[in-house]
Amino acid sequence: MQYALLIYAEPGYLETSSDEEREAAYAEYFAMADDDRYVSAAQLQPAEMATCVRLSGGRTLMTDGPFADTKEVLGGFCLIEAADLDEALELAARVPALRFGGTVEVRPVVRL
Amino acid sequence: MFRDQWGRVLASLVGFLGDFDRAEEAAQEAFAIAAERWPVSGVPDAPGAWLVTTARNGAIDRIRRERTLAQKIHLLPVPEAIMDDFDDTLIKDERLELIFTCCHPALPLEGQVALTLRALGGLQTAEIARAFVVSEETMKRRLTRAKAKIKATGIPFAVPGAHLLPERLDAVLAVIYLIYNEGYSGRVDLGAEAIRLGQVLAGLMPREPEAHGLLALMMIHHARRRARFSGDDLVLLDDQDRSLWDLRQIAAGRAVLDQAMVLGGRGPYVVQAAIASLQARERIDWPQVAELYRRLADLTGSAVVELNRAVAVAQAGDPAAALRAVDGLDLDGYLYFHSTRGELLRRLGRDAEARTAYRRALELAASTPERRFLTRRLEQL
Repeated sequence: MQYALLIYAEPGYLETSSDEEREAAYAEYFAMADDDRYVSAAQLQPAEMATCVRLSGGRTLMTDGPFADTKEVLGGFCLIEAADLDEALELAARVPALRFGGTVEVRPVVRL
Repeated sequence: MFRDQWGRVLASLVGFLGDFDRAEEAAQEAFAIAAERWPVSGVPDAPGAWLVTTARNGAIDRIRRERTLAQKIHLLPVPEAIMDDFDDTLIKDERLELIFTCCHPALPLEGQVALTLRALGGLQTAEIARAFVVSEETMKRRLTRAKAKIKATGIPFAVPGAHLLPERLDAVLAVIYLIYNEGYSGRVDLGAEAIRLGQVLAGLMPREPEAHGLLALMMIHHARRRARFSGDDLVLLDDQDRSLWDLRQIAAGRAVLDQAMVLGGRGPYVVQAAIASLQARERIDWPQVAELYRRLADLTGSAVVELNRAVAVAQAGDPAAALRAVDGLDLDGYLYFHSTRGELLRRLGRDAEARTAYRRALELAASTPERRFLTRRLEQL
């Protein structure tokens, strides 16, 4: 079944780390992408670039900024194919953002 | 009889049907048929196989009737049920898979506990609700939510692979010990229930020393439960009436502990069982108890264990060293930190300080027996 790995981290965590750490993290992200179990993945631009869209009384309202104002923001996501939750959790545990204090939320994808 | 069969039958059905709710429904139906028939026709030679086969057949019938639903569960084509061979050895024991599913860390702890008691222990939802002092409705929701998460997120029905096993086994042991400790506070006999679960686990994982260690620990503690209370009052180890100890259970617990030691067990449950065993001796070897607490503290890094070590040091005859150790601990919000300090100060003849410590403990005491105990101590100073 498919799972989404939602990667939450403090903004700019890679910029503030050393060159070696950053390069190692990038290499790991690329290695993950080569794994067949990764269906797709994306890194998101910073949360300040977000625009929220809502509907109110038939009108579209747009506001600047992310949906929730928290220290950790959604920084990227992966869609993976795994046999069961244990395999999904193992793949989630490899996400480099974890080493920088981030959190990965694992959510099964609704099957249509 | 029914309770003994429940876990195995349910486990086999979850493995067969791949669906917790369906398995539970089928098991309940089969047990109901058995309750009706067996008193008349007698218990079959292989009751487990009879129950599993009857439940499977019932489930398959239902699935055939709801063919459209059947496409949604991973059960195509519908397996054939075998009705002729009733042999319990042919039914694979899948309780271990079930235990690891119920105690999966992706489930909330209270859900793990409830599900383990329901699925492995065969307790009714109402009984579990009573044990945890919540409404039946709340407990039902808790169980439903846990089962829904197992299904929706694909929590496997499997014994974890070697690289995951130590961590997952710790989770299972923690759930069983939690159930045991709930029982210790004296509401429903969850203690006996936890011991049953511990026996099942140790039987299924005979090479795991910590499974034996936990079982031994629970048995030796449980053997002393009647001496721990006098009416509603707490009785300290020193003052316990040893004629109330269940010596046979202590001996049985020690045999289990020996088994854990033979397997090379030196983990936290084995060490705790060894401590419990020493404390159940006629004359307690306190220096040895203190040494084991030191080992346990090394393993767990727990300040509460350090506190217990200090108590053992005091019992071994050195209350001054014990007080020095206690004063170095950061446990200000912990009732037993203050009651222990009070006791040590009293022994050292520092009554005024002892009174202050006991008063602080009294402020933190939640239960009536604890409050009564501390009030008595204060009055005796």
